[in-house]
Amino acid sequence: MQQVFKRPTSLKDVQTHFCSGCHHGTIHRLVAEAIDKYGVQERTIGVASVGCSVFLYGYFDIDVVEAPHGRASAVATGVKRAKPENFVFTYQGDGDLAAIGTAEIIHAANRGEDITVFFVNNTTYGMTGGQMAPTTLVGQKTSTSPYGRNKAKDGAPVRMAELLAQLEGVAFSARVAVNSPKNLIDAKKQIQKAFQYQVEGKGFSFIEVLSACPTNWGMNPLAANERVGTEMIDYFKLGVFKNL
Amino acid sequence: MAMITIDEQRCKGCGLCTIACAQKLLVLSDKINNQGYTPARINATDRCTGCALCAEICPDVAIAVFR
Repeated sequence: MQQVFKRPTSLKDVQTHFCSGCHHGTIHRLVAEAIDKYGVQERTIGVASVGCSVFLYGYFDIDVVEAPHGRASAVATGVKRAKPENFVFTYQGDGDLAAIGTAEIIHAANRGEDITVFFVNNTTYGMTGGQMAPTTLVGQKTSTSPYGRNKAKDGAPVRMAELLAQLEGVAFSARVAVNSPKNLIDAKKQIQKAFQYQVEGKGFSFIEVLSACPTNWGMNPLAANERVGTEMIDYFKLGVFKNL
Repeated sequence: MAMITIDEQRCKGCGLCTIACAQKLLVLSDKINNQGYTPARINATDRCTGCALCAEICPDVAIAVFR
């Protein structure tokens, strides 16, 4: 018998700090598989955000820059412009990318920087304590919206993949999920496609991945996984929104 | 002929593999690992088809698949 599934070589063989049932681990693996597939491990520079994704350098066997909160796409702009021969990606959460870093992501996307952005949307600030994020669903209870998100007061959740797809500079924008085998296989395909865009120098590529946060949602891992497939996908539709 | 191995110390007992397995061969065990979780284990190994969906969905890359 041959081993048909094993850990990607660019993913270090270490225990992660992620909670049980958190999708970060799955998304890390899919990104690492894409790095392996395109053979860019030696020239990849990751840019980590602030949040649960902050330990990118501990889990990926690549070079990683740690950006200030929200600024990963601005830092990645600098890295890519200084070292255009390198493969540069950011890995950011929704508190980081859609709130604190809104200006940075929109302008990096609009300039069409030749970088790849992985946006992990779990509808809450994970590491900082489960506060309401711009992506928190209407009615969702968080530590700063104990009665649920109020649309009249807080607005509706931001759909980043659709929003960025409207910008001239964006070459590829998609939203995927990893909650079921079917969605996961598609996510793998789209993540590899986002990599291909940069490998071929086609410009800015953006992938939003829906993710569970069992701890901050106050759910067990299976219930949280189920919520991604029902409530989240109902509002955050999966699909490719731009594909130049 | 196919088989999987589960790294019991790496597993966090989230149970996602139990819903990914089309044959429903995976269950969470009663024993507790070093991390304090109850890791997954496989029943009726001879029925495993080696589809690797359990390994694909595992957030902790704790499953290896052989075929």
